[in-house]
Amino acid sequence: MQVPAPFEYERARTVDDAIALLERYGSEARLVAGGHSLLPMMKLRLARPEMLIDINDLADLDYIKLDGDEIVLGAMTRHASVLDSPLLAEHYRVFAEAERVIADPLVRNRGTVGGSLCQADPSEDLSAVFSALRGRAVIRSSSGTRSVDLREFHVGPYETAVGDAEILVEVRVPIRERTGSAYEKVERRAGDWSIAAAGAFVQLDGDTVEDVGIGLTAVGAEHFACVQAEDLLRAGPATPAQVAAAAAACAQACNPSADQRGPEDYKRHLVGVLVGRALSRSIARAKGDVS
Amino acid sequence: MRVTVNVNGAETSAEVESRLLLVHYLRNTLGLTGTHWGCDTSNCGACTVWLDGVAAKSCTMLAAMADGRDVRTVEGLETEAGLDAVQEGFVEEHGLQCGFCTPGMMMVARALLDRDPDPDEATIREAISGNLCRCTGYENIVRAVRWAATHEAAARIAEEASV
Repeated sequence: MQVPAPFEYERARTVDDAIALLERYGSEARLVAGGHSLLPMMKLRLARPEMLIDINDLADLDYIKLDGDEIVLGAMTRHASVLDSPLLAEHYRVFAEAERVIADPLVRNRGTVGGSLCQADPSEDLSAVFSALRGRAVIRSSSGTRSVDLREFHVGPYETAVGDAEILVEVRVPIRERTGSAYEKVERRAGDWSIAAAGAFVQLDGDTVEDVGIGLTAVGAEHFACVQAEDLLRAGPATPAQVAAAAAACAQACNPSADQRGPEDYKRHLVGVLVGRALSRSIARAKGDVS
Repeated sequence: MRVTVNVNGAETSAEVESRLLLVHYLRNTLGLTGTHWGCDTSNCGACTVWLDGVAAKSCTMLAAMADGRDVRTVEGLETEAGLDAVQEGFVEEHGLQCGFCTPGMMMVARALLDRDPDPDEATIREAISGNLCRCTGYENIVRAVRWAATHEAAARIAEEASV
């Protein structure tokens, strides 16, 4: 039987309540949302918080909505809601394509957007999606809110920019015209973590790439992104040759480790193939392809 | 700490350790052993129950997290009117062999049919993709869910005709 080490449990009723509890208990406290990353780690004693603050009552952080020219996802939004969101489907197909391959439907019923980002697992899928889209994280503390670029959010494996007495409240993604997006992932079996995965958006101006974002996960990419490939594509023609060059740049720039999921050269090969597919589909969608 | 959980419509309450998992609260504290305890790593889905109407894996939830909430287990499927159509479907279509995955499969199937009364095979397979059957009896499980869908549709039509 896997049993977590003992801890104290409190339930936060409001965001302010959660922040007050975090201030009181400091670095020994952890927030728990869906718990589908944290509880397994606590069972393995890889995480041993002394105080667990349950934020499942914070229903006011469960939303996907339009705000001006941004889509805003509350931190307590469950994966299942992201998968089914018509608003996200309209603007960014990359979300549903990523969500469909995150764990399984039952885990997606509980796991949250905020929990996934704050767990900061180096193989996590939404981190690559938000990094590709260059979203912003909104973080609250008792002294107010601050906003952090998602590409600055992950400080390292399992470490984020969120401080001890802070809480991630929402993630904001800019809406872009004439844009397509896509997600590609290879895993060993259904519901597993990625061997490698790539998310992308491409914004077109005629046949020219006006803007582009490429997110990578599980392959040691800095900030879950590949800036070199983005720079290579931006302001150039949206051609198969350019896509191939960008895919090759991603395969070279990432930094995968050999592990039970495969050797380094295999993972680099996967990155090249997956980035190529994600970019090609993004371009097709930006041109109006609805498939 | 004291937790109070509504399980299958009845209030339950006990003094528990905060680290007690919901699956063990159901099985050991309440003696409701219909919910099975399988992989303990949120992979197999044998421990699936409903929390506030949503199917979830009870090995990856604390009993404390269910405090003040509604839980439905496989014991809550049968009503005074008899077995749930999903349970009947598993009987009729031989939807179980060893039976270990069955409680989880049935809780997921019930949730699916409540949301989509006429799911096709692909939808059923996607819905049970978080539940593992080590007998590999998936064909019959899918048939069992289809059986329940078909019979519930027939029952609805009969009921409307009689009104």
